[in-house]
Amino acid sequence: MSVRFVDEFRDADKALALSAQIAALCEPGRHYKFMEVCGGHTHTIYKHGLEDYLPDTVQLVHGPGCPVCVIPMGRVDDAIAIAEEPGVIMTSFGDMMRVPGGRGSFFDSNAAGADIRMVYSPLDALKVAQANPDKKVVFMAIGFETTAPSTAMTVLRAEALGLTNFSIFCNHVTIIPAIKAILDSPDLRLDGFIGPGHVSTVIGCRPYEFIAAEHGKPLVCAGFEPLDILQSVYMLLLQLKEGRCEVENQYSRVVPWEGNLKALKVINQTMTLRPYFEWRGLGFISHSALAVNETYAAFDAERIFNVPGVRVADPKACQCGEVLKGVLKPWECKVFGTACTPETPIGTCMVSSEGACAAYYNFGRFTRERVKEATRSVSQPVDIELMPARP
Amino acid sequence: MCLGIPGEIIEILTDRPDLARVDVCGVKRAINIGLLEDEELSAGDWVLIHVGFAMSKIDEREAKAALEFLEGIGQAYAEELAALSESNIT
Repeated sequence: MSVRFVDEFRDADKALALSAQIAALCEPGRHYKFMEVCGGHTHTIYKHGLEDYLPDTVQLVHGPGCPVCVIPMGRVDDAIAIAEEPGVIMTSFGDMMRVPGGRGSFFDSNAAGADIRMVYSPLDALKVAQANPDKKVVFMAIGFETTAPSTAMTVLRAEALGLTNFSIFCNHVTIIPAIKAILDSPDLRLDGFIGPGHVSTVIGCRPYEFIAAEHGKPLVCAGFEPLDILQSVYMLLLQLKEGRCEVENQYSRVVPWEGNLKALKVINQTMTLRPYFEWRGLGFISHSALAVNETYAAFDAERIFNVPGVRVADPKACQCGEVLKGVLKPWECKVFGTACTPETPIGTCMVSSEGACAAYYNFGRFTRERVKEATRSVSQPVDIELMPARP
Repeated sequence: MCLGIPGEIIEILTDRPDLARVDVCGVKRAINIGLLEDEELSAGDWVLIHVGFAMSKIDEREAKAALEFLEGIGQAYAEELAALSESNIT
């Protein structure tokens, strides 16, 4: 294990101490594989080179918790079809603008004449609707349970204001069915999960209990700083060492065990579970996404507009599915860093800064990995000047 | 979109008690606090903000640590702050 290549971060000395404690918990000869479900964690892991703080026998694999990454191409095409209807203003988070569909991205469609605007909040989309009463304003709603309550609150606000020209194109997904799909996948043997921090502020820790009870895997809800993640790995290993299998909350300073009841209430009030939904790379997953419910049908873009609902297969070269399931590391994808880069992404994992591929690409870890490989084959460690992380 | 950013509440808007003006790294904007209606928020409190909504109340120490961490992230945080500064929900 080497820490020569790691960027400095706050409390790096504490991290080294934790690193030693983690190593001491590992049983000789045993390999451990933990999945960090959330893209924010992936970002921290690559940004700070946290794998260098772990023994070679502890591997972190990346999960499906990047909402931009799991949007299937067909839904992007559907959204663009809505945006291209006369009199429509489509609004979207900035993260979504470069995500490629089968016929290009929001940016491409915008350049071709569709009115697509970036907003920070769904409430900004509502303001666009108020300011443009002669237009039909649609909000491209994406995200896990972290952003779904915001969309729900916005629908309630639109109703209170009596707006008739605002709707949402709902693509909200739920994290638990995705974790279930991964647990049922034969490709992957996991020893535990690093649970998503911000999703858990909404859903709490209880929904994860089946993972420990029925699948025998521990889960620790984790914060986003380097020490949070190392501490969560420590907590997982300690559970395994002591023969426990539980849901624990490392991030209790932010995550209440019961979640945010008001947030859950407004989701239930305005949305309903879809029978199934397509996830990029993972395929169709039952009850894994939300749609606007019957009561709020007037705000549902899927009921207002003709949505083609076309299914578009992912590009053949793209292996986002394997990356999202943790089966492949980003650099093991055939097109990583060559045909697929953040400037010209083929797959969604390269688009979002939370995507495993973009995180890995941006922080120059692919260079580091090659350096590691190179230094492994020589007897004397060689100091090599590394490509600096991009600003 | 996924980043939770800490903001300090400057004031609750008197005509819109579901909104508060917050300070995020010098960027002052209104956000919705309706999801924290049980918390009895007031000026000086810190909240974690996602896409214009306060999602959880945090203490000042956590807020400072989270800010320091976000500043270290660089581009993604800069983009989030730029997007926030364009936001106007009042």
